[in-house]
Amino acid sequence: MKPKIRNFHQAKWDEPIIFELSAKGERGILIPEVEKEIEEVVGDGVSVIPENMIRKKLPALPEIAQMKVLKHYLRLSQQCLGADLNVDLGQGTCTMKYSPKINEVLSRSCEVCELHPLQEESTVQGALQIMYSLGEFLKEISGMNQFTFQPGGGSSAIFAMVSIIHAYHDFKGESERDEIVTTIFSHPSDAAAAAVKGYKVITLYPDENGLVEVEALKKAVSNRTAGLLITNPEDTGIFNPSIAEFTEIVHDHGGLCGYDQANANGILGVTRSKEAGFDLCFFNLHKTFSAPHGCGGPAVGALGVTEELVNYLPVPLVDFDGKKYYLNYNLPKTIGKVRGFYGVFPAILKAYAWIMSLGGEGLKEAATIAVLNNNYILKKVKEIKGATAPYAKGRHRIEQVRYSWEQLTKETGVTTEDVTCRMADFGFHLWSSHHPWIVPQPFTIEPTESYSKDEIDEYITGLKKVVEEAYENPEKVKNAPYNSVIHKIDHSTLDDPEKWAITWRSYLKKYKIKG
Amino acid sequence: MSPQKNGKVHPYIPNSVPEIKAKMLEEIGINSIDELYADIPENLRFKRELDLPEPLPSEYALKRHVEKILSKNRTCKDNTNFLGGGCWQHYVPAICDEINQRSEFLTAYAGEPYEDHGRFQALFEYQSLMAELVDMDVVNVPTYDWCQAASTSVRMAVRITKRNTILISDTVSPERLSAIKNYCRPVVTVQMVNHCPKTGMMDLDDLKSKMSSDVACIYFENPSYLGFIESQGQIISGIAHEKGALSVVGVDPTSLGVVVPPSNYGADIVCGDIQGLGMHVNYGGGLAGFIATRDEKEFVMEYPSRLFGITRTTVEGEYGFGDVAYERTSFAHREEGKEFVGTAAALWGITAGVYLALMGPEGMQELGKTIMQKSQYAMKKLSEIEGIKAPLFESPHFKEFVVDFNDTGKTIKDINTYLLDNNIFGGKDLSIEFPELGNCALYCVTEIHTKEDIDHLVQALTCLTQGEE
Repeated sequence: MKPKIRNFHQAKWDEPIIFELSAKGERGILIPEVEKEIEEVVGDGVSVIPENMIRKKLPALPEIAQMKVLKHYLRLSQQCLGADLNVDLGQGTCTMKYSPKINEVLSRSCEVCELHPLQEESTVQGALQIMYSLGEFLKEISGMNQFTFQPGGGSSAIFAMVSIIHAYHDFKGESERDEIVTTIFSHPSDAAAAAVKGYKVITLYPDENGLVEVEALKKAVSNRTAGLLITNPEDTGIFNPSIAEFTEIVHDHGGLCGYDQANANGILGVTRSKEAGFDLCFFNLHKTFSAPHGCGGPAVGALGVTEELVNYLPVPLVDFDGKKYYLNYNLPKTIGKVRGFYGVFPAILKAYAWIMSLGGEGLKEAATIAVLNNNYILKKVKEIKGATAPYAKGRHRIEQVRYSWEQLTKETGVTTEDVTCRMADFGFHLWSSHHPWIVPQPFTIEPTESYSKDEIDEYITGLKKVVEEAYENPEKVKNAPYNSVIHKIDHSTLDDPEKWAITWRSYLKKYKIKG
Repeated sequence: MSPQKNGKVHPYIPNSVPEIKAKMLEEIGINSIDELYADIPENLRFKRELDLPEPLPSEYALKRHVEKILSKNRTCKDNTNFLGGGCWQHYVPAICDEINQRSEFLTAYAGEPYEDHGRFQALFEYQSLMAELVDMDVVNVPTYDWCQAASTSVRMAVRITKRNTILISDTVSPERLSAIKNYCRPVVTVQMVNHCPKTGMMDLDDLKSKMSSDVACIYFENPSYLGFIESQGQIISGIAHEKGALSVVGVDPTSLGVVVPPSNYGADIVCGDIQGLGMHVNYGGGLAGFIATRDEKEFVMEYPSRLFGITRTTVEGEYGFGDVAYERTSFAHREEGKEFVGTAAALWGITAGVYLALMGPEGMQELGKTIMQKSQYAMKKLSEIEGIKAPLFESPHFKEFVVDFNDTGKTIKDINTYLLDNNIFGGKDLSIEFPELGNCALYCVTEIHTKEDIDHLVQALTCLTQGEE
């Protein structure tokens, strides 16, 4: 089938803000009645609250009948383009793969969603078994010795890593180590979370090949180095072949090495954290391991460490004594908690099920097909006028590529943002990239293993169409979108304290509208 | 590089089809996928097959396998659960689940405000609905949980006041305290403030003695982790403000239909967990944190989180949304941004929005009232059992309360084992977290508990304690 451009139009309901749907007296749901006998014993229940603590003015929530609430949110959902609906390969670095529906079904069973985290261990053996087993799988995939699922996302896992690095040096009496080294193509949180922990951040930049030179790292490390936090392959999709040398240099200076494997989708079964010399690593279960992204969580940053660092992990760990699974709080050097309880169990279950469906061989197949898809797209994008793939000329990439529209912008005035907006008219996402834009007018594509060649071709056809328009009639692209939910947004109000409105009540006040 | 050992293409990997694979390789101009990995040195290559269990590629086999493991769990549906302590069993309206399992929301992530307009609007509405509940003008897109919300709130206070010590009430959740301490170490000093053993409330003399010009904020929770309502909020905030510090309060939003919101007694930053607003307990996976403040630049600019704002578009009357003050985030400026931001718990935010829209003002008030009544009934009935006292603290409580079993001569462990045999999940054992209390347990009663459920508990405990005599 020859790919065609769809005559697309997204749902557009012109949906009011929920407060505008309110009609006095309507109810969305009723809660269980209190039994008469209870009322007879305790009365109204609220008169025990001291006068100064009673809420006298009810919250100004809207009053809406049930079906109206449902309809409102269903309409909003239709105005949202999830991976289940679009060919979601334009959201590079995020691994927008298929989240299997069977895993959703399983996660909604009572044996998952009606488990309280403080139940006796004997009543949650199934849940603990799933967590323990997934930990075992990830140990094999990474070569690390122990995993925790407590961090609630990749950035939380980075913060946990840097907390462990800090505690490690503290216990060794080396608290003068106050620097963390990272690279500009590693996630912004690798730098930001280190700063929260009080570290000075040293950021290394790539050479013309897209890689940080070994010499640059050597210059950056010293006896003040606490550790290295790095992604590999980085956001460019280029694998740093000197990575083992990097970790060795940092170790030689007494630092620890944390591997940001939020996205490890191109290297499952191909190369591991252990062999590259890392002391810590983490995987985002909502990326590589198929748990859905949920508009931005709930999520899990599964954190693994070598034997030497097990005692520093957040408590508790899930352990197995040969007969039963249990929660182990006996970690003498623990950093404490990074999140309540043990992690987002439904996401853990989904990752477990995904791995069980594929097995070792299947995992590697997923990785290699993701890489095949990526390099196929690389070939196709490079053929598009105005698009380039900076760095690593003539070489292959792993799971994604950071491209540039610099030439397109120079020749037509059309920017990455303009292309992004116009792509929406054809039912596609295209993401720019993390800041700072050291690749000018960037965009990042990561196809994963989930999309068929036909779908990939359709996406490429979309890009070509927009570029064609940019050269013929740039204004058309610059004024997009036309067929999306809404039209060009006025961003000026969002940075002005007098005009920004983060809630409806604030909007009504600032714009003098009667609610 | 064959599809699977059985020769079948896995349903999740369409381009495993040999002909397609060959075509793509040809297009790239290579002979094998291995060539694509040329940059990975030989010594870093993983040489053997991953040693993982035999896969279950058939969906049915996978379902059977997982269900078999899960069947070992005992649930809060088939047992009567009185556990709370940071995760609470409330009724989840059917529409909450209907909305958060929609493919469009479930599988969206970071699209633009155009094709993902619905995500932006749903989260803006969540912020707006929470704002009414807490009576403040700014609420963030959810962070991971209350641990993180409290940790960030105190760090915001540190940046706003440019001071480096925070005071924390010693009745906050120990788990949360552990997270806050790790989040503050080594940049911010944490000092604890004592409570009155009789009422549980903050010891104001101790607070005053610890106030100084180094103190950025005082953080306390209301209702406290131990369930009592801290009624000195106004005084505590006053003591903080007098010394130029901020008042930061963690709150259970399900209480806010009947209990006054912290902003009304002087809180500058309010935080908490929204799990009780439409999320299942999910073995602790339903948590999501909120942070609320006034709409003042010095507060707004210190949020690390996404803040979605409403704006206009080129079409008259059309609403658009976008990030407010994006430049403050780590997405914009890495380590120069405020703390860090990333994937956290957005879908739960959307769900909490649905919940609050369904409940409305009357619903939230009725919820609060019902919880007050049922928990008071439970406390009263439990106290009628010889040797049992509830609540331990002489203060009004909301939803949770400490049950004192010291005079029964039994450990909480033994009591809970007995209750479990009667299909009851007894309250959380406090003997590790608060050893000074001896044999006490934290019980949670919400709108889901019927009189019959509570009577069943009382009956079981009566049998247990009398049987011993």
